[in-house]
Amino acid sequence: MSDTETKSMIVELLSAIAPEGDFAALVGTEDLRETLDLDSMDFMNFVVALHERTGIDIPEADYPKLRTLDGAIAYLAR
Amino acid sequence: MPALGADMEAGTLVEWLIKPGDWVKRGDVVAVVETQKGAIEIEIFSEGVVSELVVPVGAKVPVGSLIARIGVPGEAPTPPVTAFPAAPPTPAPPPTTTPVATALPALRGGKITPAARRRAAELGIDPAGLLGTGVEGAVSVADVEAAAAHSAPVSLVALPPRRAGFDSAEMRKAIAAAMGRSKREIPHYYLSHTVDLGAALAWLAAFNDSQPVPNRLLPAVLLLKASALALREVPQLNGAYGDGGFKPGPGIHVGWAISLRGGGLIAPAIRDADTRSLPELMSVMRDLVQRARAGGLRSSELASSTVTVTSLGDRGAETVMGIIYPPQVALIGYGSIGSRPWVVGKRVKPRPLVTVSLAADHRVSDGHIGALLLIAIERLLQEPEKL
Repeated sequence: MSDTETKSMIVELLSAIAPEGDFAALVGTEDLRETLDLDSMDFMNFVVALHERTGIDIPEADYPKLRTLDGAIAYLAR
Repeated sequence: MPALGADMEAGTLVEWLIKPGDWVKRGDVVAVVETQKGAIEIEIFSEGVVSELVVPVGAKVPVGSLIARIGVPGEAPTPPVTAFPAAPPTPAPPPTTTPVATALPALRGGKITPAARRRAAELGIDPAGLLGTGVEGAVSVADVEAAAAHSAPVSLVALPPRRAGFDSAEMRKAIAAAMGRSKREIPHYYLSHTVDLGAALAWLAAFNDSQPVPNRLLPAVLLLKASALALREVPQLNGAYGDGGFKPGPGIHVGWAISLRGGGLIAPAIRDADTRSLPELMSVMRDLVQRARAGGLRSSELASSTVTVTSLGDRGAETVMGIIYPPQVALIGYGSIGSRPWVVGKRVKPRPLVTVSLAADHRVSDGHIGALLLIAIERLLQEPEKL
């Protein structure tokens, strides 16, 4: 999957969780939880959705790496 | 029309899921009512045959109004009432004296998900005619869309335009009414206590390590369970205050405060929270959050809480001092969990700490009782494997 494809998948999953988010204005280095006002449950649902879509088993210790768009793209590209 | 919380005065009937002649039993969802808290599914608490739907779809009626008649099994259905003022003649089938469900198989139980109901209204589809393929035969969004794609609309639904989820201005009014009443009537006292979550979070990390992603738990589940177990030890804080004074709760039904996107707050009940396992509580919590945001909560979930627990989550403030939700007598609040200095033995160490607070009704308990609860919560959280 290219970075562009990964990005659009992430945006798709996040927009199901935070439908009112302004994804066009999303900056890659911003903390998604701050920008999209995600609470613990929202963020957990995001990780579950990523896991279900990609099949990647994401250990809890890696969750902080998924907090930014750039971080999540890099993590999923490994 | 049931009262879905202390602050509700009236509700608008937006959909009947039963019709005269249907057999209903305790717990069945019989109608959908639009309230300030969004669309709520109304459950029934008796058993029998529906003899009449008194309130027509679209009518707004005060709490306490008769909305339908249910015949007791074995008796003839009660005669229709003509005294209800605003009701236009209902195009009901002739009353039947036998408890035979005349519904099509697709209609049995009349279940439809809230999202599917909205989609059906948008598409002008009558969901009553659809075959449900969802959970327990419920009509799902996919069923509605399939019907829209493959056939002309069966009939236009005569509903007012449905709001997605809830109206935040209406919800603000509901919160204002309930919290205004609480501050006027309830002499609150407040206590707070700092709790070391080191043991609890270490246990949680190890548990989550052993679990696939979807089965992992949030710290909030531990806080919820510890609160419920502590209330077992201090029952004076679990129940309702009314004309006859304090009445202990019939169980520990925790209203879990959920903040809604776009503003607003709702606290549906997690029934018997003290008896449920952590994974069970986690899945109940996830389900409630989802339904609270999509507008699919049930009447029993809004009227049965015996206490409220709120947790600000990992990006919240350090401390919350709650306002009791009447007629309850206590609210337990957790601030955000953060690494802060703490004395362990004779050293100051960074530890994950949480401030737990209690707002309680002084007509029912004193600070001594309140402190017992906070100390019990602290003790329970030191032994997370027993939660």
